[in-house]
Amino acid sequence: MFAKPEKISVYWARLMEEMMQLGIKSLGIVILMSAFMGAVIVIQSATAIDSAWIPDYTVGFTAKQSIILEFSPTIMSLILAGKVGSNIASELGSMRVTEQIDALEIMGINTKAYLIRPKIIAAVLIFPVVIIFSMAFGFGGGWMASFGTGLIPEEQYLVGIQSFYDDNLWMITYALIKATVFAFIITSVSSYHGYYTSGGALEVGKSSTNAVVYSSVLILLANLLLTQLLLI
Amino acid sequence: MSFGDTQVLHDVSFKFERGKTNLVIGQSGSGKSVLTKCIIGLHNPEKGQILYDGLDFSAMKKKEKKKIRTQIGMLFQGGALFDSLSVIENVIFPLKMFTKMSRKEMLDRANFCLERVDIIDKNNLFPSEISGGMQKRVAIARAIVMKPKYLFCDEPNSGLDPLTAILIDNLIKELTEEYNMTTVVITHDMNSVLEIGDNIMFIYKGKNHWEGDKDSIITTPNKEVNDFVYSSKFLKLFKEKMN
Repeated sequence: MFAKPEKISVYWARLMEEMMQLGIKSLGIVILMSAFMGAVIVIQSATAIDSAWIPDYTVGFTAKQSIILEFSPTIMSLILAGKVGSNIASELGSMRVTEQIDALEIMGINTKAYLIRPKIIAAVLIFPVVIIFSMAFGFGGGWMASFGTGLIPEEQYLVGIQSFYDDNLWMITYALIKATVFAFIITSVSSYHGYYTSGGALEVGKSSTNAVVYSSVLILLANLLLTQLLLI
Repeated sequence: MSFGDTQVLHDVSFKFERGKTNLVIGQSGSGKSVLTKCIIGLHNPEKGQILYDGLDFSAMKKKEKKKIRTQIGMLFQGGALFDSLSVIENVIFPLKMFTKMSRKEMLDRANFCLERVDIIDKNNLFPSEISGGMQKRVAIARAIVMKPKYLFCDEPNSGLDPLTAILIDNLIKELTEEYNMTTVVITHDMNSVLEIGDNIMFIYKGKNHWEGDKDSIITTPNKEVNDFVYSSKFLKLFKEKMN
């Protein structure tokens, strides 16, 4: 896995390819979900905190906390575990059952380093970027909801999401640390399940399912652990 | 070589000749594929030696094994072409990984190999867009692109119609002579045996049971070999006519 690459240029190309495949190609679904979820968070918060004693900007503050701390890093990672995890496991699983991995092995290529390492490095580098996009579009969705529904004045929403400015940097760092750890979990667990597939098409399907299930459970556990370690 | 309590191969000893097509035949489950996987290093045998030109492959370090592997071409049963790469990129792949050739040199070599196996104007297609026979030929082109010293073919004509199967068999034989390779073909197809069997090894219950060539396999009195060779009605009739 950590062996010296046979040819740096080929591995570099693989890394770029994986960054495109795992990160950039996931942006569409991430943006769509984040925008809608941001809007829903704002609408739900605004209707729940409908009191003269609570200022309107609290809705923006709540949306910011929810999006940065939990929605973007954790929920998005769980969604990516489904999309990216199953993709990795089925890709490697099919390569295994159709002897493509054996073919690489016989050529003298370190298959773990060639197939798995670029996926892990790419995900660890690109997932935080994807999560930043998720945050931005989550806030955008929330702004659209406040603007479109008129439940709270949009300037109050903007005040809310900018409140406690000093804490924001740490919150974003915390979210990005989580995203990096989750990226490692998703790619390594899914690669493991895909790489060690044996049998046929049915087993590829099983590996794919296992990859998503195990990644999701590990993400939830890591989330709890990281929250304890970093926020308390 | 065992898997759990089941001993798949034992007392197996073969010598494969350079420039000849060496066939390993036997019934399904006799241990042919395990033997190939041991020879090419995908399985590690518990006992014994695998010698490549006198060098003990099983005792080699990773780096030395890697060197030998770059001299091995392998044709898998299903072709094992990389789905995500086009025909030309599949053939170029070993050159990209192990040589310092320029892009033009790689393309020239790959195109030469593809033309040699009669694949023309298919460079930009993906494996899923070409027929099974073409996939096998592209896999052969990929196997010979590095001018290997050793070529292993695992049931090269399985799933092909008889005409294409003969074409593939003859292509393997021609390339073996052209490149003076040590070719090992794992098969249970009697057409292949009779078409290209310079040396034939018959494996029975995990042991090498009989050795000969395509002429002697027809006349051998060995019961197990006879049962295997004349298992089809057509060959039985052929034998009766010959007698």
